[in-house]
Amino acid sequence: MLISMNWIGDFVDLTGLDLEALIRRFTLSTAEVEEIFHMGQNLRDVVAGKIVSMEKHPNSQKLHLLKVDAGGQVYDVVCGAPNVREGLVVPFVKEGGMVMGQEIGCARLAGCDSHGMCCSEHELGISADHSGLMELPPDTPVGKNICELFAIEDLVFEVDNKSLTNRPDLWGHYGIAREFAALAGRELKPLETVELSAFDALDPIEISVEDKELCYRYTGLKVRNITKKVSPVDMRIRLFYCGSRAINLLADLTNYLMLEMGQPMHAFDCAKVDRVEVKRFSAPLPFTTLDGVRRTVDENTLMICCQGKPVAVAGVMGGLESEIEDDTDSLLLESANFDGVSVRRSATRLGLRTDASMRYEKTLDPEMTVPAIGRFMKLLLDIDPQAQAASRLTDVYVRRYPEICLTFDKAYVDRYTGIDIDDSRILQTLRALGFGAQQAGDAFTVQVPSWRATKDVTIKADIIEEITRIYGYDNFKISTTVSPLYPKKKGPGNKADNFAKDLLVQRYHLHEVHSYIWADQKKCKALGIPVEENVRLVNAQTPDHEVIRTNMGPTLLSFLLENKPFGASFGLFEIGRVCEGLDENNLCKERKKLGIALYSRTRSEKELYFELAGILRTLGQEVKRVPLTLAKGEPLHSWQHPRNTALATCQGQELGWLCTLHPAVLGRIDKKAAVACAQLDMDAFAGIPTGDIVYKEPSKFPGIDIDLSLQVPEGMTYSAMEPAWASIDPSRLTGVSLIDSFEQPGLKSLTLRFAFSSQEKTLSMEEVQPWVDGILQKLAQMGVALRG
Amino acid sequence: MKEKIEALAQQFQQELQGAASSDQVEKLRVAYLGKKGSVTQLLKGLKEVGAEQKKELGQHINQLKKTVEDKLSQQVEAIRQAEEQRQVESAESYDITLPTGGQLGSYHPITIVQRQLEEIFASMGFTIEDYKEIVTDYECFEAVNIPKDHPARDMQDTYYLENGQLLKTHTSAAQNAIMRKYGPPLRAIFPGRCFRNEALDASHENTFFQMEGMMIDKNISISNLIYFMKTMLSEVFERDIQVRLRPGFFPFVEPGFELDISCLICGGEGCPTCKGGGWVELCPCGMIHPNVLKAGGIDPEEYTGFAFGLGLTRLVMMKYGVKDIRDLNSGSLKALSQFTHE
Repeated sequence: MLISMNWIGDFVDLTGLDLEALIRRFTLSTAEVEEIFHMGQNLRDVVAGKIVSMEKHPNSQKLHLLKVDAGGQVYDVVCGAPNVREGLVVPFVKEGGMVMGQEIGCARLAGCDSHGMCCSEHELGISADHSGLMELPPDTPVGKNICELFAIEDLVFEVDNKSLTNRPDLWGHYGIAREFAALAGRELKPLETVELSAFDALDPIEISVEDKELCYRYTGLKVRNITKKVSPVDMRIRLFYCGSRAINLLADLTNYLMLEMGQPMHAFDCAKVDRVEVKRFSAPLPFTTLDGVRRTVDENTLMICCQGKPVAVAGVMGGLESEIEDDTDSLLLESANFDGVSVRRSATRLGLRTDASMRYEKTLDPEMTVPAIGRFMKLLLDIDPQAQAASRLTDVYVRRYPEICLTFDKAYVDRYTGIDIDDSRILQTLRALGFGAQQAGDAFTVQVPSWRATKDVTIKADIIEEITRIYGYDNFKISTTVSPLYPKKKGPGNKADNFAKDLLVQRYHLHEVHSYIWADQKKCKALGIPVEENVRLVNAQTPDHEVIRTNMGPTLLSFLLENKPFGASFGLFEIGRVCEGLDENNLCKERKKLGIALYSRTRSEKELYFELAGILRTLGQEVKRVPLTLAKGEPLHSWQHPRNTALATCQGQELGWLCTLHPAVLGRIDKKAAVACAQLDMDAFAGIPTGDIVYKEPSKFPGIDIDLSLQVPEGMTYSAMEPAWASIDPSRLTGVSLIDSFEQPGLKSLTLRFAFSSQEKTLSMEEVQPWVDGILQKLAQMGVALRG
Repeated sequence: MKEKIEALAQQFQQELQGAASSDQVEKLRVAYLGKKGSVTQLLKGLKEVGAEQKKELGQHINQLKKTVEDKLSQQVEAIRQAEEQRQVESAESYDITLPTGGQLGSYHPITIVQRQLEEIFASMGFTIEDYKEIVTDYECFEAVNIPKDHPARDMQDTYYLENGQLLKTHTSAAQNAIMRKYGPPLRAIFPGRCFRNEALDASHENTFFQMEGMMIDKNISISNLIYFMKTMLSEVFERDIQVRLRPGFFPFVEPGFELDISCLICGGEGCPTCKGGGWVELCPCGMIHPNVLKAGGIDPEEYTGFAFGLGLTRLVMMKYGVKDIRDLNSGSLKALSQFTHE
């Protein structure tokens, strides 16, 4: 929003103050100022000049040769403006002067010298109109500087609208002026208005508020006999500087009033709208707004109607049919208050966010509707004294906000601020901002003004903000917290995640990636993976992204595919979230998962599969000091390899899976490469109690290692063989390790090393042999033979 | 006998010069000092010499024996050294400049910055808390004082799920649960993924990270908040940071602030990064709204607190000069494999 300091000056006298410094304080105390503009600074030597003679240019159809009296000196000027004529008084920039930041020198136009230039409003920077010369009143004193004639010089600043969202009172100059008054310690002048009771003898307007939910207040006044059509220059300059556009006097006045008080107003042509109903329709209907666009207005939208016919979208925009036109001489003035949320939603549905709707959605003060009409009449009558009220003020006040009165004591302020702000300063600040503030002993009683009471200030902490922001946060003496000693509250945090990440990055050289919580339909399709049915987003940016992922696999596999050019062998991992359907309360079963995917063009699938198995086992051992058990399992997802999918468990709890890919999916990634993929549930994993280190005295006696080369039948797994030595005392058989394995058609061979030792003595071969024999005997029963 | 000793000594000298390998030296040792060696024979011959000569000759022979022993071991040492020298000279000299190197893994840059921040907060006694990504309307909005009709709840900002839950739009969605879990007094940070329903471009992501923190105790004040933010941010940026607060509106704090820091590029003089103002908007913060404390089971008359939100993703982009936010969730190893170390 653009704010003119000239306009602010109507309400608070800031003379003698550094205005730019004050605007900077506004940023620190009220709302963010984005930019300051110095208006009228790029004009020099522009005066009222009278065209005393005009001749045709000898070499041009369009140009004229003028003599312009600039007060004391007459200039020869070449001019091409369409409305140029003898006797006209115009803004004239003398040779050597400046407009639009450009110096105007002697210019030769079609062979004739021009020693200056007659200007349009656009060239003065006071409007976008460059259709012709600006015509000044004939009695304008010739030679008078244009900046003395009109308020062209101004300091205008732009406030970030977002920083005003919670301040409905700051959507007009008067509210901003109140802030400046408080910041500068100067007095805020009351708004000059017309006494509306003067019209009480006239007939009221028929106003019927049928929708008492969405309309808080509807105030109207009819005015007739409006003779003036064009707004005064200074008014038009303010509108232009504040981002508006001058149209005609009545439209300009409603805009001016909105920019001044923040109250949107609508002027209906009284010939077309002479009574008002405020209601919603039961079905959608077509409606053409002022901007000429035919729209469909739905049944949730509050409408202003006249005898059942819609004439405006309440709080958003009027209709084209009842628009004020240049010949309108009587109007029905609307100054109303609508439900903010309803206006916002209507504007959003229509894709039509207007200056009015932007203000209404902030929940404006309904107390403002009547003074706004009083102010409108004051401005109108100042400009057009012939105008007359044609109705009495008609005010339908449906809903009022409750009055808010807050009490607190000085100790509360001290505790909240951490500094000592004087009682007098507290009172002074609050009163300057329009709060009714009283003090009795240590207690303060504060009456919140209506313009802050619609939602902005409701509790005493809000009062703290008012006091401190005007005090200035830069003026705060800052101090450290003084908190009694207490031990840090322990939570599981992300310790297991961090440990796992370190292992994966530092030991296994994997790369951590981040992705999205939803499945990507397109990427899955490229992999030949159907997206698994799961809870969906109702408003995804694209239907491709609407299903929440059930597991980490597809995301990581698509990253493998995309990263193929990165290297011949690499691995990825992500700790992310998935949703495993809904629980009995219809809530998502969200789980934190570690997903790992390995890719290689140089290693075999088997190597990769075992490497990944090793990674999972290492995670179990290193992070939790517990053994992770891997066992062949049925695939959980269609893209997993039916024969090489394993389930990971720990202490009977299922933690995740490990797999190679179904050939159909592998083929989409890379027929010649190997891929392995795993997932670990980090919520469950983090919850496993960490195993203790149990120290065992190292044996002083040498042990005996027995290597057995075994021929294993097809389909026999190591874990199926384990019972063969399960009965041997673990303090004797201290370990079994894999020394070698190979496989060829019809033959699977494993070499296992059995380590025997004792804490008490050196074992002899005679003692060990029976154990070995026992193992071999049991293995033989399983069909496992010692290789010859 | 004496002549014989002399002759043997000379003979040894000659033969020693011809012994160029350790084998030859060993033969020589056997020939002179072995059981049947010449020097051994001489010693044996002493028995036949008269007593008066025995002592003198004995000394001579032992002298010779010692000389032979010394010379032989010197020769062995010389041969060994020469052999080592040959090995050294014939060895390949490796080209250490060849571009070899260990394989490196990489952390996501969010992890790196998150850990740096976590370390700072842990040092100040903050509990680190991890939180869900799919939350309820209550957690995300109602519990943090965002009323039913607030624009933040609109579909264009928030991702809603079919079952009525939503993807958390801010880490503040964890405030309520954390207050209830630990109770006051409390210092906690909670980093996490957040989601906003918006179209992607170089500076907008629908999935990004924030880190939120709060401190609740008796008598926590605005003055404390400013002091804390200044101290904390000076740690984060590893230099003395000037902060300034401006009023900012966030429903879960009152008063709420936008915190600016002195521009890191120009130090506050004014430059293109700070648009000449010397200040850069960094993070929102504020005194926790009494309604939020109440919802968290904490009595706002007894306790006060402050909360702040750091844009983790934004900090990563600032720190590493990442210009396109989409790189972070791209899974592209060309981009991400550069972050090899913490």
